[in-house]
Amino acid sequence: MLTRFPRLALSIALVSWSALGHAAGKEILIGVAGPHTGSSAPFGLQLWKGAEKAIEDINKAGGVNGSMLRAVKADDACLPAQAKSVANKLVNTDKVNAVVGHFCSSSTIPAAGIYRENNVLMITPASTNPRVTEDENYKAKDCKAITDKAKQEQCELSNYSVIMRTCGRDDQQGVEAANFIVKELKAKSVAVIHDKDTYGQGLADAMRAHLKILGQKDPVLYEGLTRGEKDFNAIVTKIKAAKADVVYFGGLYAEAGPLLRQMREQGLKASFISGDGIVSNDFLSAAGGVKFVEGAFMTFGADLRNVPTGKAVVESFRKSGYEPEGYTLYSYTAVQAIAAAMKGTGEIQDGRKLSKWLVENGADTVMGKINWSPKGDLVKSAYVMYVWDKAGKYAETQAKKL
Amino acid sequence: MDFYVLGQQIVNGLVLGSTYGLIAVGYTMVYGIIGMINFAHGEVYMVSAYLTAIGLAVLAYFGISNPWLLIGLTMVFAIVFTSLLGVTIERLAYRPLRRANRLAPLISAIGVSLILQNYVQLSQGAKNQGVPTLVEGVFRMGSEDHFFQITYMQMVIIIVAILAMAILNFVVQHTALGRACRATQQDRQMAQILGIDTDKVIALVFGIGAALAAVAGVLITLNYGSFDFFVGFVTGVKAFTAAVLGGIGSLPGAMLGGILLGLAESLFAGFVSSDYKDVFAFALLVGILIFRPSGLLGKPTVEKV
Repeated sequence: MLTRFPRLALSIALVSWSALGHAAGKEILIGVAGPHTGSSAPFGLQLWKGAEKAIEDINKAGGVNGSMLRAVKADDACLPAQAKSVANKLVNTDKVNAVVGHFCSSSTIPAAGIYRENNVLMITPASTNPRVTEDENYKAKDCKAITDKAKQEQCELSNYSVIMRTCGRDDQQGVEAANFIVKELKAKSVAVIHDKDTYGQGLADAMRAHLKILGQKDPVLYEGLTRGEKDFNAIVTKIKAAKADVVYFGGLYAEAGPLLRQMREQGLKASFISGDGIVSNDFLSAAGGVKFVEGAFMTFGADLRNVPTGKAVVESFRKSGYEPEGYTLYSYTAVQAIAAAMKGTGEIQDGRKLSKWLVENGADTVMGKINWSPKGDLVKSAYVMYVWDKAGKYAETQAKKL
Repeated sequence: MDFYVLGQQIVNGLVLGSTYGLIAVGYTMVYGIIGMINFAHGEVYMVSAYLTAIGLAVLAYFGISNPWLLIGLTMVFAIVFTSLLGVTIERLAYRPLRRANRLAPLISAIGVSLILQNYVQLSQGAKNQGVPTLVEGVFRMGSEDHFFQITYMQMVIIIVAILAMAILNFVVQHTALGRACRATQQDRQMAQILGIDTDKVIALVFGIGAALAAVAGVLITLNYGSFDFFVGFVTGVKAFTAAVLGGIGSLPGAMLGGILLGLAESLFAGFVSSDYKDVFAFALLVGILIFRPSGLLGKPTVEKV
């Protein structure tokens, strides 16, 4: 009997403590959605690492308006259907306050529909397809005629999109690549290869469209390959037969690596250019050796590891044994933006209010000060051409010239 | 038509097809003997790719640097462990279900496939893994910028695939072991009555299938230089298709199906459109199955009255 009493007291104390904690409901949940299984899993890890670190740093500095942030991990495996159910789960079951993600544009686009419906702010650090922020059903409303003040405010608010990004768009990325192909490489014949996915083909098409604007003749080859395969020798032979001197690839590293390797193995010396889908050290292992990736070009946003505002964060990452490559810091930025908007508005749930604040005020992040258009795209997002070198690292081509 | 380009595409197709064929053997043998489709077979191949990298790393640690010795020893290493894996899978996931509904082992196979894939991802990481190029060198024919080529590694793949198939065919047709396999395939109960340990034979078949997947795993990994935990899926589906195309249950059929599928993919991708190469390959499969429901070399099942 004697021993039972304290236990009872303890359990009562525990229950009331947890009830109190729950009643306060002070935690702010950030959903972090990306691929954690499937072949794009390394990119999901980049998003997760960035968001996790940002949340840790913000909590260390006292959280947002006195509440702590907590990350909720969600795996969409880069499958559109799974992305939808994950988005539903984040919104309805986990009841997150905002979302960082997703990664693959083909997943982000269907998931975005759910966040729009539920008015939850979503910032993707990585989906560059233009359609991510272009909502077909969206029409800017003219709110000036409305006399009722509250209604007018409501109307104005509805003009803001809850879907935003901290990366650029493929139509900008494609332009950079096309300019480089025409002006720097002075290509005579270009072969365009893509992976038939929203991101890959979208990027390839954007690049191709700008080639045309620059007056380049049509690509000698325009073909899609199948994601998940490793043998692209048939396509490589075809590129060789078409006598292309530049090969542009829209897709991810897992296919870019073997494609480039097989090009070199078949003795094809054409330049290889791709986009931000190959920004990962995994590109190196996917190609199976430094000698294959040497000289490969790619477009990507400015490397945040070299931006002065991000120095402390990068060092702290490296100290923990993780190299913040690719999208890691873009993901970090997304969390910072969400936190800034929540601080600025005092609002933690209404996605449109948060996005309105971000559009009006911008945010100070590891990327420096950034601003958004009402659509949710970055106002300024310069793509830079990088080149892989002998040591298996990538660096800006301009920097090399200096 | 350009002779060099055509020749090159045929080489591409033969190499691809040989690897399909080696993996298809695992599907076809298991189906032949117990009438189930072992969907985990693609993942067995994937595990062998990891074993290749581990084997190479261990051998390099011991200072072995002769490429042929490296390949040979790695292959032995991969074959031993992959066969053990195949036998273990059979023992744990299929044997307890031998008398169950036909669908039960199928679902169990999908389960094993998911377990292997996720286990490898979690234990080895989601990252792409690379292996160094061991065999360099290439045979070229033609002029400086207009030629047809086959790399030594590609030659190794084709030769090893043919050798492995020949040895296997000999074992199945001309040894006591093969006789036991064929007897078990024809009538398991009768074979058992005649004193054949059918459980052991079935386990052995899983082991042999896995061993050939290991041969493919080593060759493919060395040829393409990289792999991840997801490679088993696409390759598994293709190899299964090859097995069906050639006539599931038939050993030469598996190899023939593999090579046909590889050639069809390469030639269609090379001369028509790579976007639609899978559409074409599977349309071919449907077409052949309409006219030969049991595949090219498969024997039609006779309904016993």
